[in-house]
Amino acid sequence: MENSSESKNSSGLNIIAIIKQVPDMKTVKFNVEEGKVDRSSAGVEINPFDLNALEAAVQIKETLGGTVTAISMGPPQAESALQEAVVRGADKGILLTDRKFGGADTLATSYTLAKAIEKILGGNYDLIVSGEKTVDGDTGQVGPEVAEHLGIPHVAYVNCVKKCEKEKITVSSEIGNDNYIIEVKLPCLITVTKDANDPRYISFGKKARAKNIEIKKCTIDDITKDDHDKFGIKGSPTWVFKIVVPPEKAGGGKIFTGSSEEVVQKLLNEMEEIL
Amino acid sequence: MSGQGGVIVFAEQESGQIHPVTYELLGKGNEIAKKLSVGLSCVLLGSKIEEEKIKELIFHGADKVFSYDHPQLDEFDPIIYKENIVNLIKDEKPEVVLFGATHLGRSLGPRVAAALSTGLTADCTGLEVDSDKNLIQIRPAFTGNIFAHIKTKTRPQMATVRYKVMEKGKRDPSRKGEIIEKEAVVKNTGLKIIERIKGSEINLAEAEIIVSCGMGIKKQEDIPMIKELADAMDGLLGSSRPLVDKKWTKKEQQVGFSGNTVKPKIYVACGISGSPQHQAGMKDSDTIIAINNDPSAPIFKIADFGIVGDIYEVVPELVKKIKQKKAKSEK
Repeated sequence: MENSSESKNSSGLNIIAIIKQVPDMKTVKFNVEEGKVDRSSAGVEINPFDLNALEAAVQIKETLGGTVTAISMGPPQAESALQEAVVRGADKGILLTDRKFGGADTLATSYTLAKAIEKILGGNYDLIVSGEKTVDGDTGQVGPEVAEHLGIPHVAYVNCVKKCEKEKITVSSEIGNDNYIIEVKLPCLITVTKDANDPRYISFGKKARAKNIEIKKCTIDDITKDDHDKFGIKGSPTWVFKIVVPPEKAGGGKIFTGSSEEVVQKLLNEMEEIL
Repeated sequence: MSGQGGVIVFAEQESGQIHPVTYELLGKGNEIAKKLSVGLSCVLLGSKIEEEKIKELIFHGADKVFSYDHPQLDEFDPIIYKENIVNLIKDEKPEVVLFGATHLGRSLGPRVAAALSTGLTADCTGLEVDSDKNLIQIRPAFTGNIFAHIKTKTRPQMATVRYKVMEKGKRDPSRKGEIIEKEAVVKNTGLKIIERIKGSEINLAEAEIIVSCGMGIKKQEDIPMIKELADAMDGLLGSSRPLVDKKWTKKEQQVGFSGNTVKPKIYVACGISGSPQHQAGMKDSDTIIAINNDPSAPIFKIADFGIVGDIYEVVPELVKKIKQKKAKSEK
């Protein structure tokens, strides 16, 4: 991967925020027959961890200058997530949308994003930020996989951006029970946790006006000419062949009601051997 | 070579010790290797690796340990670790490669998988082998409400595996294995660890007993009441997310989807309604006790024992009775 020396001579950093539109997990239903999320059952939002990624990117831009480009792969409706990203401080949004991207696992998704960053953005970036994981997929794999495809270092689980300079970034990252202060040369990729910052408040008025913001849409033809087999379901080595819904615990356990003395005594009688 | 087509387990080190998830991977890896009629090996990267550590891996089931010893492997650098493991996988051509679904494993695994253009299934809680000798990877999805069964078309089949779900491999100190010292490839990747700050001693993931509080708590000053119950039970204090957001409790105390996943012997939920996000972090506990004044709270659906009552009355009573019982048994 080429280091973007051009951008460094000019002022500021070129920052990319990778975001995903996800269903609202508090209300969304799962269609067991079809084995997939019933998207019509709930509203959509920007993956909450990606809000922290956007916020980190915008804060760095506000300190050092430069641009933030939000990029997302998804159905055409995901345009609204990128419009919101612009309201939240990104300079522009790019939506990768094509039926051929559909059914992608983390390998195909990360490949698509990395190729788009190279082809559409000309590999012209200093820093890439994403959320530590998405609330729907819950893998946390796309960030590090994008870094690998691009051949740049990454730090995952960043809970604080300590300092960003033109040539390097200093972050703190959770590994196990410990915190590591890590310095990385740019260009690099970081994935951030909820602790990294507090995403800014956006008023309803601002959000409402967002739908007029223009978002660039790109298809597979903007990214590649020939290797279509690496995208979407074709480019995905993993496949879900079965969905199992665990039975609810049969009628729950024993429920005690009564005075505090009574219920505590009943509980302790049951727990005799354990407590 | 018995390594060809075998199962490889990544031996993670944390603070200079073998992370216990490694022994769980060896336990499961052994089962898979037997079904595939192949060998089980371990890859260990570090600096000044003691032979004792390697032996422990063999005692727990590894037939072979590939050991990479170099000062630059002392701390985790994703690119350097990745390159050495990718080279090993290219030489050994394993069928299956397993990582712990720890911070480190979930940072390293994806890089290795992407470099090999193979699949990686995240955070598995079950691994099986089908009749065609393919690996079935089972993972909770959708905040743990369903289980996805996943297969991989490419090789190796790779997975990160959740800590504290699989049984540890049985330790047999008479077990013999082969130690293969490998030459590490290192380089400057632009990544430098400046400092390691030891985390708090609170380690919920390891706790056997956890007493957690939630929105039933009216003010921060009331948290010591719950802590007292945790102390009386010789357990640790946990928390649901809203109290962490209010900064009444600490992030490392948070149980749930965006906090700790715990699997204690006893989990006591005090004033916690039991949102799917909270349940995702604790529903695999051996015994769940819920105390809540709302009989319709979802937490009662997964509780083994439920008390419908006011935590402000029930918890102090419970503390009193447990203390009395303890005093008796000490006499």
